Amino acid sequence: MADIETLTSKSLVTDQDIRWCPGCGDYSILKQVQTVLPGLGIPREKIVMISGIGCSSRFPYYMNTYGMHSIHGRAPAIVTGLKATRPELSIWLITGDGDGLSIGGNHFIHLLRRNVDCNMLLFNNQIYGLTKGQYSPTSEMGKVAKSTPMGSIDHPFNPGALALGADASFVARSMDRDPKHLQQMLLRAAGHVGTSFLEIYQNCNIFNDGAFEALTEKSSKGANTLFLEHGQPLVYGMNSELGIRLDGFTPRSFVLDQEGSLDDCWVHDEHDMVKAMILSRMFDEPGVPGSMPRPFGVLYAMERPVYEVMMEAQLAQAQAMHGITNSMEALNALIAGNEAWTIA
Amino acid sequence: MPDQNSTNSVPASPAGAFVVREEVVIKFAGDSGDGMQLTGGQFTNTAALVGNDLATFPDFPAEIRAPVGTLAGVSGFQINFASRPVFTPGDSCDVLVAMNAAALKANLSGLVPGGELVLNSDGFDAKNLRLAGYASNPLEDGTLDGFTIHVMDVTKMTRETLQEYTLSNKEKDRSKNMFVLGFLYWMYDRPLQSTLDFLAAKFKKIPEIYEANAAVLRAGYHYGDTTETFATRYKVEPAKMPPGRYRSITGNEATGMGLVAASVRSGLPLFLGSYPITPASEILHYLAARKSFGIKTFQAEDEIAAICSAIGAAFGGSLGITTTSGPGMALKAEAMGLAVMLELPLVICNIQRAGPSTGLPTKTEQSDLLQAVYGRNGECPLVVMAAHSPSDAFETVYEACRIAVEHMTPVIFLSDGYIANGAEPWQFPLAEDLPAINPVFATASDADPERGFLPYRRDERLVRKWAVPGIAGLEHRIGGLEKENETGNISYDPMNHELMVKLREAKIERIADFIPELRIDQGPEQGELLLLGWGSTFGTCRAAVRDLKAAGYEVAHAHLRHIRPFPRNLESLMSRYKHVLVPEINSGQLVRILRDRFPRTFIPFNRIQGIPLRKSELMQAAVEVLSGVETIQQNGTQTSAGTPTGATH
Repeated sequence: MADIETLTSKSLVTDQDIRWCPGCGDYSILKQVQTVLPGLGIPREKIVMISGIGCSSRFPYYMNTYGMHSIHGRAPAIVTGLKATRPELSIWLITGDGDGLSIGGNHFIHLLRRNVDCNMLLFNNQIYGLTKGQYSPTSEMGKVAKSTPMGSIDHPFNPGALALGADASFVARSMDRDPKHLQQMLLRAAGHVGTSFLEIYQNCNIFNDGAFEALTEKSSKGANTLFLEHGQPLVYGMNSELGIRLDGFTPRSFVLDQEGSLDDCWVHDEHDMVKAMILSRMFDEPGVPGSMPRPFGVLYAMERPVYEVMMEAQLAQAQAMHGITNSMEALNALIAGNEAWTIA
Repeated sequence: MPDQNSTNSVPASPAGAFVVREEVVIKFAGDSGDGMQLTGGQFTNTAALVGNDLATFPDFPAEIRAPVGTLAGVSGFQINFASRPVFTPGDSCDVLVAMNAAALKANLSGLVPGGELVLNSDGFDAKNLRLAGYASNPLEDGTLDGFTIHVMDVTKMTRETLQEYTLSNKEKDRSKNMFVLGFLYWMYDRPLQSTLDFLAAKFKKIPEIYEANAAVLRAGYHYGDTTETFATRYKVEPAKMPPGRYRSITGNEATGMGLVAASVRSGLPLFLGSYPITPASEILHYLAARKSFGIKTFQAEDEIAAICSAIGAAFGGSLGITTTSGPGMALKAEAMGLAVMLELPLVICNIQRAGPSTGLPTKTEQSDLLQAVYGRNGECPLVVMAAHSPSDAFETVYEACRIAVEHMTPVIFLSDGYIANGAEPWQFPLAEDLPAINPVFATASDADPERGFLPYRRDERLVRKWAVPGIAGLEHRIGGLEKENETGNISYDPMNHELMVKLREAKIERIADFIPELRIDQGPEQGELLLLGWGSTFGTCRAAVRDLKAAGYEVAHAHLRHIRPFPRNLESLMSRYKHVLVPEINSGQLVRILRDRFPRTFIPFNRIQGIPLRKSELMQAAVEVLSGVETIQQNGTQTSAGTPTGATH
């Protein structure tokens, strides 16, 4: 073969005009995905982007790979059918907070519990953008939007906790405004065998501008965010001056060198489901005095049996039991059954 | 056990002598826990092996175990077996087996005058009579005068047979149905071997249960022999059927098998996405147990995920299938639209049941034809086909797969509860004789040197190629948004939208060139009256036309397998008849589609009772149309007939 194509970020760009609003956080996510993918060593034709409906779900049109822009909320089901039958493909599921957690909430939890090997990127902007500004299942209580003129009375989903509740094997969080971290998380998601759930905080500068400001802006990011690293103590703060320790099952923030040392810190273990659940529950409203920081990074990663692999194993077992039966002879035996009779 | 036969009995036949019957209908009825479906199924298999033609109709409640002894809990199984061709399970039964009072009450009206009753006296105690709503015991109060009744204490005799067994009474009582089956085998001179083989296989791991069931089956048979003072024995000779190999098959089995056959013959791995629903679940079960054929089955979290997973599999190059019933069809509608837009092969099996909403889940109805043809948002054409009998489900679903794959389109395959659960003998084909299924996959050479790969470029049939992920150079994006012609890119261009709507429509209509013309099943090639049916009314239409002919009426019958597109000769075929009578188990769905398409008069005939059409009613309707014609001819007018069966167009 003369030219085995070397995948580059540029060659992943399609000839389609991008129709996201100028300044949308989706641009950054697209860029990081296009940056990271070539490094994975997967040929372009083996990569498939599957999305539902919403702003984020336009994503496949902008990736020069195989792709399907499907229907609202159903991408996880389409991914399941595709991956079950084509396990060798690298499948990326692109969804949003409305697509993935509202209309597609049922498919979301079932994909996670089955642990189909794919990478689910959930662009969370806490608003409905494509339908022009209604509150979403991740919008905060009291959210004033077009359909909630007096404020939302819906309690919001906590996507990380929801995913862990569905026994997700990989749960991580990142943000559009931190390209380097986002790239790292995309790589981690790609490397995990099983359903990798990566929630990405994404700013909708038209309908929900600044929703994550306290977490993403330099002036407040340090105080309100906690970046997790496996095996490392939980430390945060504008100058990394704060630590987190566990008081029973309750995380407590303390001032390093005054109220304790690094040795007192909770050391992150991404294989620990119980601690991951505690981390996922660190979901205070950012910037409120006394609030715990919002964790970013891999909250939980623990490989367990993968759906399509188990499915293939059952087929292999059945075929071993019956001999290879995908043949005319086997079909004739199936059609005739055990109680055929002949009329002469 | 002394003979409890009443004074109603007909004179006994001499020992060893048989009364020969051409056709017999037996209905087994009991509590839903009494095993009547299994009993009926075994009688069916044995009748088939004996060489009778047959048709069956299982009739069971939606409740798995309604309260014991109540009318709500009655489960029935009707079989019509004969030495002549059989097309329906019968309008009424010649023999009614009733395991309790409720079963008798629910089914007595379906027993022919002078018919025979086989009754389990244990099911007629005070409690059972009260639950069934009998003020007095029908065995004693004259209710059954005029019928021939055989009363036996099945429970007592079953327990006595199993005296030596260590089983509990509860376990012993589970074999009661075998006693009744044995008795009927004796009455109709049937061999026990097939059922013994079945029991041996079923209880392979619990030999004691096998032994017990076999002993009770034999006891029932011998009970007939030892108490034969009263009973007449019957012979139903083998039917004259075309030479060949036969088996008994139900509609759901045939559907599952047809799908396996399509997978093998197309070389496409089969993926089924399904969510359990009555009466379609058996197809999921059937395919889940055929993994050695490389079949993958996925029990999805809901109906929507079921079809979407099948679409995902189809995108990847598998034969994508989803199976469901009416309520599930409603949930799948949006995804069907996606499959229409994507122009991917997909077979959607709708095993119809009575609606709307949850409706009557275990009762049959031709409920969803309008939904299948019209029931999606936007201009959303796809292929609609309908099976007409249990065995025909094999051929029809196979053809549905062929069309889906070769024409890159979703196909709706319609069956219904009656076809799904009914059984009949089937002269089955050889795998080698099935028509080929040829998928057309895009290859790297399909990429245009200048414009790249054009996923929506079409051939002369307007069919695009199937481009599956994994092939370098064919990377493309498809989706539910309107496609630009050829490129498949998103397009909001007004003229492009109109073009694409018309292309999708024309693609489906063009399939009419690749399906057989409609032919007359029976009757004159032209004349006064054509019965034009679809789906499970086939057997009733066929039997009605046969019996009308015997009564001196000339009526033709044709049955549609293809409803969208219609066979290309449909209009000309109909034009050869003065009247077209359209029988349906709904309030008139095919007739609406016909009126939408063809400027002529149609006469609907409709029943909406959750049960198959009765032959007698259909014959009467046909005679009424014909006699209306006669009246008009006598009056000298040739205008179209008004008929007593319903409004004409």
